[in-house]
Amino acid sequence: MNFLTDRKRATGLGSGGTGAQHHWLTIATSLSLVVLVPLFVFTFGYAVGHSLEEVLAFYSSPCIAIITALCLVGGIIHLKTEVDEAVEDYVGGIKRKLTLIAVAGFCYTLMAAGLFALLKLAIQ
Amino acid sequence: MVQFNLPKNSKIVTGKTWPKPEGATNVRKFQIYRWSPDDEKNPSVDTYFIDMDKCGPMVLDALIKIKNEIDPTLTFRRSCREGICGSCAMNIDGINTLACIYGLDEIKGDVRIFPLPHMPVVKDLIPDLTHFYAQHASIMPWLETKTNRPEKEWRQSIEDRKKLDGLYECVMCASCSTSCPSYWWNGDEYLGPAALLHAYRWIIDSRDEATGERLDYLEDSFKLYRCHTIMNCAKTCPKGLNPAAAIAHIKKMMLERTH
Repeated sequence: MNFLTDRKRATGLGSGGTGAQHHWLTIATSLSLVVLVPLFVFTFGYAVGHSLEEVLAFYSSPCIAIITALCLVGGIIHLKTEVDEAVEDYVGGIKRKLTLIAVAGFCYTLMAAGLFALLKLAIQ
Repeated sequence: MVQFNLPKNSKIVTGKTWPKPEGATNVRKFQIYRWSPDDEKNPSVDTYFIDMDKCGPMVLDALIKIKNEIDPTLTFRRSCREGICGSCAMNIDGINTLACIYGLDEIKGDVRIFPLPHMPVVKDLIPDLTHFYAQHASIMPWLETKTNRPEKEWRQSIEDRKKLDGLYECVMCASCSTSCPSYWWNGDEYLGPAALLHAYRWIIDSRDEATGERLDYLEDSFKLYRCHTIMNCAKTCPKGLNPAAAIAHIKKMMLERTH
């Protein structure tokens, strides 16, 4: 018992001043993915089953490459925002901070790897 | 924070079964959570039988009958017995509601009564609402003004007054907050549906002049944004209010002022 008043316990350290930006990012990426995911499925589905040369030619098209890149970036940002939420919900203390760093590292690595692979496909 | 295993002394065991009323033909079984801080025993579920021909129609009537006629040690809060004070909130048949306005005819089979979930228990059906009330106080549930004009009444248009409908009726029974999984996991920081509904009630009050400060206080990933629109709050509210909608309005206002 550390003799804090109930009000002080409820107020804690006050407001962190963040949240709206995260909320906005989740909404914005959700809406963009509503459009991008069907486009990605359609274009990726078209490429499946074709030869390597045909796929390379297909992804060298700026329109296809940009759709794929946007879907990749939007999807991973959305994934990160949602996983951050889950981590904040279920993990506490120092584990929370470490998990959030790990999630950010994983997401940005995934994004970089995906963009690199796409770039390689597009410019070959 | 999430705890997947209960401490050993929290596990509920089978309690005492009280005798059936003699000569009664219309008997109903009640299973009620019992726990006392005065002994070292685990919480238990006691079984009572009530002659429904001699009992009122509401769950609170049955509880009062048990306390008066069968087991005077049964402890619960109650006051107005008409859904205004919010004292008798408890988990009845799996739903957080007010015992005084929940009819026994709405329950099929045995009546199972527990305290509001995921709150420390003071005794039997009485949860400790200290933190819940402190969170309510933290959102400044009063009219905050900066100017000293007008000196007498602060007038409000009919349209602005209508915005308070569906908000001011909240009786702070805590049914909504204690039905919210986000509040279960992070109730120490997340304000919960009840406090946020009240926060919105003051944010949209046309006479209040602290809108910015109120939003500043809520601009926090835990205080407000733990709400994941699960909607248990709206489903369980015994007054038919919709705290989830109020929270969504607050989030919308947050976006309006930043984007």
